[in-house]
Amino acid sequence: MMVFVIFLVLAMLAGAISACVFKDLLNAVIASGIVSLIAAVLFYLLQAPDVAMAEASIGAGLVTAIFVIAIRKTERKE
Amino acid sequence: MRKFIGLILVGIVASGIVLSLFKIPFGTPKTKVGNYYLNKGIEQTGAVNIVTSVVLNYRGFDTLGEVIVLFIAALGLGMVTLTFKREKRKISPPSLILSVGSRFLFPFILLFGAYIFLHGHLSPGGGFQGGAIVASGFLLIYLSCKRTINKERFKLTESLAGLVFLIIGLIGVYFSGYFLFNFLPKGVANTLLSAGIIPIIYIAIGFKVGAELAGIISDLMEETRKEFKAQS
Repeated sequence: MMVFVIFLVLAMLAGAISACVFKDLLNAVIASGIVSLIAAVLFYLLQAPDVAMAEASIGAGLVTAIFVIAIRKTERKE
Repeated sequence: MRKFIGLILVGIVASGIVLSLFKIPFGTPKTKVGNYYLNKGIEQTGAVNIVTSVVLNYRGFDTLGEVIVLFIAALGLGMVTLTFKREKRKISPPSLILSVGSRFLFPFILLFGAYIFLHGHLSPGGGFQGGAIVASGFLLIYLSCKRTINKERFKLTESLAGLVFLIIGLIGVYFSGYFLFNFLPKGVANTLLSAGIIPIIYIAIGFKVGAELAGIISDLMEETRKEFKAQS
């Protein structure tokens, strides 16, 4: 279990760093969506299912969609 | 040079966060009020989900503020997009899988969102989560169909749901003298019709959040790329 949590935290860290580094904004948005999804899994493992549900539906779902719409209206490359 | 200064600043902030995290004894009861909610929550509010009883009963006024913050954000976005000229949206036709699949899935997504906010006092979830799920169903409809949804109805739903929240709070003032008093009978714990006003407020919040987020999506989807470039 502890190994799984450490793997999730490292994947989250990698997602966060790549969201800052990527020049293609679509890739950066997908990386930040992955960060939100892993955060939701971690909230669930820490026995906070209410927060996990909000994070998965708002952070990983709607915010990613709204960012993709915004990128479609503006520039894709940084 | 700028990168070096930035690196030093990030190091200072990160070490501060790490040092303060090591000071917190995770898992141990910190305050008396948390234990009070855990012991007396079900008895006092009738809601089995303690998170819901804190969010809507002990800290109901904060939730009203949260809903108002979301309302102001949606209003601001509406004002910003109002300055753009509106045209019919031109998008490439959706693929067969997206259009058929979303038409099939949309009622089930609505049903799931309604389940989440109806059972907010029994199981994890509540108005905000259920509303976000409902709004994601509307996002799917916007992606798959060419027809637009009447935005006035979103605004009407949102305003009515906000009014229900406020009126229930004011009825509490009438009965006992303080806002959001739980004036309905609490019923038997663990049943659907229990916990007094909590299910009613969560239904109102679910409708309000769903209509607001769907309104944000429709505001964003409906103006086209050309106008945005002319503005900037």
